[in-house]
Amino acid sequence: MNIYEGKSVFHGIAIGRISVYKKGEQQVKRVKIKDAEAEIARFEESKAQAVKQLQGLYDKALCEVGEANAAIFEVHQMMMEDDGYNDSIKNMIRTQEINAEYAVASTGDNFAQIFASMDDDYMKERAADVRDISERIITVLSGTDSAMAAAKEPSIIVAEDLAPSETVQLDKDMVLSFVTVHGSLNSHTAILARTMAIPALVGTPLPLDETTDGKLGIVDGTSGKIYVDPDEQTLTEMKIKQQKELERKELLQTLKGRENVTLDGKKVMLYANIGNIKDLATVLQNDAGGIGLFRSEFIYLEKDSYPTEEEQFQIYKQAAETMAGKRVIIRTLDIGADKQCSYFEMEQEENPALGCRAIRICLTRPEIFKTQLRALFRASAYGKIAIMYPMITSVKEVKRIQEIVALVKEELTEQGIDFGEPEQGIMIETPAAVMVSDELAKEVDFFSIGTNDLTQYTLAIDRQNTKLDEFYDAHHPAILRMISMVVEHAHRAGIWAGICGELGADQTLTQEFLAMGVDELSVSPGSILPLRKIVLETNVEEYKAGKENVNRTET
Amino acid sequence: MKEFKYVITDPEGIHARPAGLLVKAVKEFTCDIKIAKDGKAMNCKAIFGVMGLGAKKGDEVTLTFDGTDEEKAYEAVSKFMSENL
Repeated sequence: MNIYEGKSVFHGIAIGRISVYKKGEQQVKRVKIKDAEAEIARFEESKAQAVKQLQGLYDKALCEVGEANAAIFEVHQMMMEDDGYNDSIKNMIRTQEINAEYAVASTGDNFAQIFASMDDDYMKERAADVRDISERIITVLSGTDSAMAAAKEPSIIVAEDLAPSETVQLDKDMVLSFVTVHGSLNSHTAILARTMAIPALVGTPLPLDETTDGKLGIVDGTSGKIYVDPDEQTLTEMKIKQQKELERKELLQTLKGRENVTLDGKKVMLYANIGNIKDLATVLQNDAGGIGLFRSEFIYLEKDSYPTEEEQFQIYKQAAETMAGKRVIIRTLDIGADKQCSYFEMEQEENPALGCRAIRICLTRPEIFKTQLRALFRASAYGKIAIMYPMITSVKEVKRIQEIVALVKEELTEQGIDFGEPEQGIMIETPAAVMVSDELAKEVDFFSIGTNDLTQYTLAIDRQNTKLDEFYDAHHPAILRMISMVVEHAHRAGIWAGICGELGADQTLTQEFLAMGVDELSVSPGSILPLRKIVLETNVEEYKAGKENVNRTET
Repeated sequence: MKEFKYVITDPEGIHARPAGLLVKAVKEFTCDIKIAKDGKAMNCKAIFGVMGLGAKKGDEVTLTFDGTDEEKAYEAVSKFMSENL
């Protein structure tokens, strides 16, 4: 078994024979010609033919992958009609007295070079489009047929790279997955694979020889790996994973676009937890109603020095704009304990979980905090951002935050910089915050219960210590009562309360949370639709009545 | 000759698809139409030229029209820009 890793374009599992695709390599020779005008006529004829082919591909793609993705073939047609491109080809034929094939190939290379050298990832990718149209004309000119050899059984297509015209020419029923050695996440192939919803990998360094061709392969779009000639155990594991994926996909189809409302009309917000701006795509794919926990730490952890206000602003703004009016709850810096950042130069602590972390760092080093707040307030002008402060234990801390926030707003106003008015909430993750949640509720716009830390602090069990697993009870009545209390206090003050810890995704508790009146559950994107299913099937009043009956018989 | 300036608001800038649409729109007219950014002027009827500007969101482009139907082209293209870019 050989395992190769690439960049995943689309999730999912594909199992099948590997078919290595090799381009009908265009060997373009430079040939002297005598009649330049006749050669130009030959070029014009072939180009017209190529344009016609593209029209055919456009029509085919229109049916298969929709207008937005088919548009590339219309663009290709225009590229072929581009005056500069045509002039260059004809000029070469005339002045150098060379064959049309060579002139097209050289011009294609030159134009591709222009795009490849542009300072923009998207434009760089367009070099592939120029090469693609040039190859198409050359194919017609030389009369060779580059149509992909039709696979006899559904296969995993492995190639050096695939041009959009090549992917669309494939018989879709015969393609289980694409794996390419080159290509980027921005390439049209990647975009098409996503639209076709088949697992695909790009940038995968695997050999295109007899060690892969014809072998059994497994593409795991979740981990970005391809297994060539897998062993029995891997095959069994992957078949189970594939089955689960399939079930999830079916769920997605039936549940997408539906409101999260119980049979008796109680609504709940199902939001997504994300740890990186790159996760935004999965948030939308899974139909999240918003982002309930955006862990801003990644911005700090990925860097060697403090991220600037501008860097942070761009990231928050992108999140706000991508979510287009849906709530994006960004948690302010939460480092310390198990998440360390060397340039913060924190002192070694005896008890880091109980040490200088999260809001405590922000309040003791207000300059770092202010930079983040400025970026957040500025980005709020571009969407529905909400700010969430972690590790709160007292009203006094909230008051101190409010003072800093007031200062930040004053400065922004003085400098004439645009900013919005984000909602501001706190995480309830210490037993102290639970006990004073009635007081805290008067100061903030929302609560989000962080069950991981709340459980560790309440049960006095270190999360990192696996030896304590037998004592760790995620469903401990103390925790459930705390959640109920926090929700009640929130509602009494007229604010909402959600859960963003792992417990929120626990499907055995969803009905219980609904009965408690929890307003929001923020979970990993993949858990949203399974939770929606439970919500849709629940009748909260019946559930409560049933519980009371059980209690009565027990006593 | 007529001319107008436009600041790109499309978050993706003038990428392949809108460039294609723009070229398609201007090809309807016989007058000479140029699109320029940072002093670099390109033939607006050729897609490589338009894409080659690499105009991104926030960039200002200048469109100039020169020829018999410049009035009509000016109207149509300014409408196209504000609707699509």
